[in-house]
Parts: sequence; structure tokens; C-alpha cells
Amino acid sequence: MAKIILERLAAAFTGGEIEQIGTQHGNEWARVRRADWKRVAQFLRDDPTTKMDFASDLTAVDRLTREPRFDVVLHLYSTVKKHRVRLYAGVPEGDCTLDTVVDVWPGMNWFEREAYDLYGVRFTGHPDLRRILMYTEFVGHPLRKDYPKEKRQPLVRRSGLPGTLE
Amino acid sequence: METSLTSRRLVLGVQEPEDLDGPDLPTEPMPLNMGPAHPAMHGTVRMVLDVEGEKITNADIQVGYLHRCFEKESEYATYTQIFPYTDRLNYVSPMLNNVGYAMAVEKLLGICEKVPERAQYIRVIVGEMSRITDHMTCLGAGAMELGAFTVFLYMLKAREWLYELLEEVSGARLTHSYLRIGGVSADLPDGFAGKLLARIAEIREVLKDVSKLLDTNRIFRDRMDGIAIITKSEAIAWGLTGPMGRSTGFEYDVRKDHPYLVYDRFDFDVPVGSVGDNFDRYMVRVEEMHQSMRIIEQALATIPDGPVIMNDPRIALPPKAETYNSIEAMIAHFKLIMDGIHVPPGEIYSFTEGGNGELGFYIVSDGTGRPWKCRVRPPCFANISILNHILKGLFIADIVPTFGMANMIGGECDR
Repeated sequence: MAKIILERLAAAFTGGEIEQIGTQHGNEWARVRRADWKRVAQFLRDDPTTKMDFASDLTAVDRLTREPRFDVVLHLYSTVKKHRVRLYAGVPEGDCTLDTVVDVWPGMNWFEREAYDLYGVRFTGHPDLRRILMYTEFVGHPLRKDYPKEKRQPLVRRSGLPGTLE
Repeated sequence: METSLTSRRLVLGVQEPEDLDGPDLPTEPMPLNMGPAHPAMHGTVRMVLDVEGEKITNADIQVGYLHRCFEKESEYATYTQIFPYTDRLNYVSPMLNNVGYAMAVEKLLGICEKVPERAQYIRVIVGEMSRITDHMTCLGAGAMELGAFTVFLYMLKAREWLYELLEEVSGARLTHSYLRIGGVSADLPDGFAGKLLARIAEIREVLKDVSKLLDTNRIFRDRMDGIAIITKSEAIAWGLTGPMGRSTGFEYDVRKDHPYLVYDRFDFDVPVGSVGDNFDRYMVRVEEMHQSMRIIEQALATIPDGPVIMNDPRIALPPKAETYNSIEAMIAHFKLIMDGIHVPPGEIYSFTEGGNGELGFYIVSDGTGRPWKCRVRPPCFANISILNHILKGLFIADIVPTFGMANMIGGECDR
């Protein structure tokens, strides 16, 4: 059933926006060109055959040795059609930015904040891109594979951060 | 006479009627900090509010105080070692987290349908017991915060009955770690069905008592009715699931819409609300407990005999007696513990109905015994994020019931 989404995407975007599609363990997925991330997301929500009105989850994956290094992963669901799709967008380490989808699904606000906090992907256009799980003074992005698991950081107050005492 | 009345009013601090009917007192915006350690903040969460008088003009809910690096730790643990971490996600319904995680790994291994039928029934039974304990904690604590301490004690008493039974099953009262990849760790103890059915009858009585105490209680209704209304379209846009999503009329229950385990064999209803206020969230949870009990009764009546874990030496540990008495089983045990279960490379997003809604696990495997990434989609993370938006315009006193009915579980929200 969910094949509909991938066929629809392939038919609607012929200019190389969809880089790759596939199916694994019953999950359909599509890799989206970074520049068209938001446009594809908006299309999937508004198109009457896909109607992906519900965004389940957004996170990132650190592939470490691959170029681009990071993948932002978005899981979408349609409450009307009851089908799902997973979208990837590759984000390189040097320019770690991606368009926000908060204005498409407002619920993705905290999820994008979390991906920024833990992986360092900056979402351009996000209304409130602050750390969410870690504290403001934290240095680095702990879920990156090059952040050692045993590393400890004392909480040191620094000036110039929001909510920090001078 | 006149003067004495005035002076008595002054002594008692009673305001003159003109003052009550007069224009609103001028107020100025004030920042107000609530938490992170506050009696009504379940777990630890901080709210930074902007208030004008008693009215909230802006709310910023700050989570993360209970962050325990679930994902980072999981990347260094074998697939079996992650079970104890999942217990500590939603710590009032650990079995449901166990189920969600086990099913994600089984889908990656391609053995989801090969899990013995008896194990699937047991998963349903213990999962629904956990759902009842989850809702009891939420409603009991929520009612206590509104002054109904009796309800809290009734609910916790009933919750303890279920914890005792789960302890008999798994050996631990709260952190069960009962499931295994490919099944469950042990069969149900003797006489379990009889004890559980007797407890269900008692729980129904408790729920009746609670209903009498709360449903028409003026104080309770005044603070729940029409407070923090969420519409269905808002719920969908903000990713609300579970009782909170269903209270708005958004009929999404993974057990019904995408049945897993053996849920499609049972007859149960999905309660939905019509208003989307706090009282609907309370009613949906009460009704869900009744439905869970229906499922448990049907499952206990039809549970088949048989093994409770797959007979596959690459996945299941050998029986303890063999491990201690034969070198082959000892080696198999050692390899499974040290190297972990080898999961073929791939990615999966598997979702089940947790206590608070859609509990998703997104696992990326690189073919070793440890996941490359093990992400959990916590339902209450999304459920809490809408509060920033919903609390605006409410009064300070509305925070406590609204937050209570959103049921934030710190372990799950902050991971």
C-alpha cells in the first residue's frame, strides 16, 4: 500500500530531488536532496494521494565514515491513508545545516531541537533553536560518534549564554 | 452600628463590594519559575512562565533534567543488555517498553512471526497489566494534586496488586527486564491466571469507587472541565498520540490501526474524547483500563501451551541447567553474552502502543552485536511539547491538572 508514496514521489519530482528510494523490513524510504528537503516534506503533507499529516519522529544518524557524514531522518505517517514513509537528507559536517520543517508540522519543534543538541545539525528557519536535553553550557554534541562515551564535563558557568548568570 | 460593621470588615479583611465589581487591577508582566524540583512536576521539569496577574502569557517548558544518555549507552551495549535501559524509559509501564524494543530487534532479525505464540500472548498480558499501572499512576497522582488524596491511595493500592503479580512473573517489582529477543525469559508461574482474574475483579471495584469519588465531584470537575482544550487538528499537527491524542477525537491506537503481536484476535474498543479537555483525558484513561482488563481476560482464556522463547541457539540463551553442565552450552552462553546477538545490517522503525502513545524504536544495525544507533521515539516528548502552546491564556492553577493529565514521565521524555 505504501508503495503509493514512493511512486507518487518519483512521478512528482523528476529533477533529481529524490536521490534514491527503497524498501526494507516493510519500511519505505526515500533519500531527498538537501536543498529540496522542505519542498518534498510540504508536498507529502499536502498531496491528496499521500496526505502525510502526522510526523512521528525526527532524528539524525552519524554515519562517520560516509560523505555526507550525517543523515537527518524523518518518519511520516498519514492518519487518513494509514501509511508511512521514512525520509533521509544527507548533511555534511562542514556545512551542518538543513531547512526546518517546523512550519509544516509544528510538533517537530522539539525533535529538531534535540537533533541540534545531540548531533549539531542546525535547522535554518527554526523559531527557537536551543539545546533541549543538555544544558546550555555544554560543549559539543554528545551523540556524534567522535564524542567519547566516558567523557565528563563539569558544568561551568560562562557569560554570554541565555539564562547564564553574569 | 455602621462603624462597627466597617471595622469588623477591616479586621476580617473582607473587601467592600465596590472593589470586587471595579475594573481589573493594573498588572505588569512577571517571570515566574516553576520547578525543576516542584511537588507537582512529575520527575524533574522546569517551567519558565510569564504571568500577568494569574494569567499565563508565555510558557517555556524545559525538559532534560533526567537525561541519562539512553541512546549513547545503547550504542555500546549488546542488544540484550539494552532491555534494562528500556525498563527505565517509561518506568511506570516497563513491560510495554520491553515489548516495543524486542519487536524492533525481531523485525530486523526477520523473526517477528516466528516468536512462539504463547510468548506473544504473555507479552500482551503483561503489557496490558503495565498499561493499567501506567494509567493508575497518572490518574492517582493527578487526582492527589487536586486534593483527592483518597483516590491516590486507592489507585496505588490497586497498582501494587499488579506489581506483585508482575514481580512473580519477572522477579522484579518495577524493572522487570522480562522480555528477551525471540520470546520471554520465563513462563508464567503456577496459578497466575487465577490470581490475576481475582485481582481484576477487585480492580473493577476500585475503579467504581474512584468514579464515585471523582466523576461528579465539584472541585475535580471545576478544575478539569473545559481546561486546556486541544482540537483534533492540533493533536495531529503536534504529533500527539495515546490517551492525550485520543481525548481530542483523534482515533489512533496502534493496537487497532496496525495490529501487532496477537491484538487482532481480541475484542476491545478504543475510547475517544469529544471535547479534548483535561476531563476527557481522565475519562479516556479510565475507559482504557477497562478495555485492558477485557483484553487480559480474553488472552488468559485462549492462551495456548508451548515454548515461551524461540529454539534458536543464535538468539536464545541455552537453559541454565545445560549451561552449567555441558561445555557446548557454556560456550554458546559465553558467545551470546560477550558478542551479543548478531543482527544483520539494516534499519527499522517499529512502533507499538505504549502507555502514553506511539512508542517507536528506530534501530540502525551495522551487522555487529551492538546497534549503531538505537533511537526511541518517546510519546510524551511530543505530548509535552504542545503544552508550551496550550498553557498560554490559562491560569497558574490550571497548570497542575493540565500537566498531570499530559502525564509526563521524565525517564521517557528525557531518556
